Amino acid sequence: MFAKLTLAPALVSALALSLAGATALPALAQEGPLRIEITDGVVEPMTIAIPAFHGDAELAARVRQVVADDLTGTGLFREIPAEAHIARPASFTEAVSYEDWRAVNAQGLVSAEVTRNGEDISVRFRLFDVVSGQPQGDGMQFDARATDWRRAAHKIADQIYARLTGERPYFDSRVAFVQETGPKNARIKRIGVMDYDGANVRWMTDSSSLVLAPRFSPDGRRLLYTSWDSGFPQIRMMDVASVTSRPVTQDGATMAFSPTFSPDGRWIAYSREQGGNTDIWLMDAGTGAQRPLTNAPSIETSPSFSPDGSRIVFESDRSGSPQLYIMGLDGGEPSRISFGDGRYGTPAWSPKGDMIAFTKRIGERFHIGVMRTDGSGERTLTESFLDEGPTWAPNGRVVMFTRVTPGGTGAPRLHSVDITGRNMRPLNLDFAASDPSWGPLLP
Amino acid sequence: MTHALTKPALLACLLGLAACAQPAPPPPVIDPYAQTGAGAVYQGNLPGGVLGAEATAQYFRGQVGDTVLFAAEQTALTPEARSILTRQAQWLNQHANFTAVVQGHAEETGTREYNLALGARRASAVQEYLVAQGVAPGRIRTLSFGKERPAETCSDESCYARNRRAVTVVSDSGAGL
Repeated sequence: MFAKLTLAPALVSALALSLAGATALPALAQEGPLRIEITDGVVEPMTIAIPAFHGDAELAARVRQVVADDLTGTGLFREIPAEAHIARPASFTEAVSYEDWRAVNAQGLVSAEVTRNGEDISVRFRLFDVVSGQPQGDGMQFDARATDWRRAAHKIADQIYARLTGERPYFDSRVAFVQETGPKNARIKRIGVMDYDGANVRWMTDSSSLVLAPRFSPDGRRLLYTSWDSGFPQIRMMDVASVTSRPVTQDGATMAFSPTFSPDGRWIAYSREQGGNTDIWLMDAGTGAQRPLTNAPSIETSPSFSPDGSRIVFESDRSGSPQLYIMGLDGGEPSRISFGDGRYGTPAWSPKGDMIAFTKRIGERFHIGVMRTDGSGERTLTESFLDEGPTWAPNGRVVMFTRVTPGGTGAPRLHSVDITGRNMRPLNLDFAASDPSWGPLLP
Repeated sequence: MTHALTKPALLACLLGLAACAQPAPPPPVIDPYAQTGAGAVYQGNLPGGVLGAEATAQYFRGQVGDTVLFAAEQTALTPEARSILTRQAQWLNQHANFTAVVQGHAEETGTREYNLALGARRASAVQEYLVAQGVAPGRIRTLSFGKERPAETCSDESCYARNRRAVTVVSDSGAGL
């Protein structure tokens, strides 16, 4: 049975329905599906065979590679190399010879076919549990424009990831970032948007004015960012599809920066500086009406909303050094949640709601870390001369951040690390980049 | 440099602000540009006003001093900073047709957004001091570049110390405010 899907946003509900149907299949419930648990302990990656996809050979090879890169890039899966394969299936519909796959120690098997019809492509895939010798979930078909072939590949990888981990997926998503060129003391910056793996870069701003820290709206269609285009830092909003922007703040007497959307997209929290003092303000994204959330002589910045939109976590030096605080939007005293050694900043509330990612400086070293929302369970995931600004993958299992190398020729690079800290890797980009903002899973 | 004409004097000649036919001041004993590299700030001891060059942004940068430094993570003015700012205020009070933008900066070892706020505090500390010295508040604006525009690019304290700064940039507004 095939669930047929397209990449058109109108069919989002079809995807949801199909997934629900797949998990309800009684055949899967019998022996329990193939599953890799993402835990804090050391994990042996699940072995998976992804033999050559059938159909249009050239396109099939490219789609297969993206699927394989997505899965192995998580550190949760190890691909059985093609040279080791015994089975050489001649077609997508051929019966699976489970014994041959068990013989090469594959636990999972992906089979797919990519067909091309002019400017349209169709990708069908199936996932098999080699251990128990049965399909895992329905086969699925994704129809897409040929130019969206990478998205079709990410969709397949997302399906496999979700079925094998039990987690929500994240591969078909985008990241906004700042490209950096030029010398360190006269850096030129522009905002770009790319696929989560660094492909399909689109530029959102030119290099005419300094820009910082883009933040995706929850639907991924807009970006908030800080721009010096007026000569003074102010917040602008970019429509990603049309690449047009407009000012959000333009009060010449104050600085505005560090914007972020609420999860429902209705509100913008940001830092507003008046007379040297920076507080966090809340603005109605529709009307522009605003009010202060904090009112203290200390620095309050880097707000991030809880997934239910009722609270923010932010950075404040009211205690004498930068620390993390949580407060409700309805007022009340902020409560401090960071109590370890060092200085904490740039908190980011996990989309799952359970964790806060942050930047931490201890002595001369920087770390990306995570803690629970009550401040317990803190652990650092990285260490370097300068790591900064984590942003969460849509499923709350991975964060992306900026790592800067020291010295006059130092440059920023984007890295990602999962929340166990085991799987850190740089993004494959051929330019320097900083300030990532991970957008939502695309429909 | 073998001739007595210094850059401010040359500039004044070009701008027609002073009589270039006047005798030049005596040559300085030490070449004021020797240690500063091409196009760098004049560091000599040209008496202000002699050639009418005092009313320039260049004079402000080189003679009055446009930069004050801060201790790590601090926004309080040091005694040395106060002395420079006192000179800045005197100059601004004497040249009412100039306005100023105070740019606050921070070193790279801090997060981007916190450093923006820190730079704003430093710029504001300078503004408050200048206003207390009699400069009209409306003549001074502040902004922060955080860690985006370091003066020095190395990654040790010798550079960080010069990047924790506030720079007063003056410009001739014509009629004043």
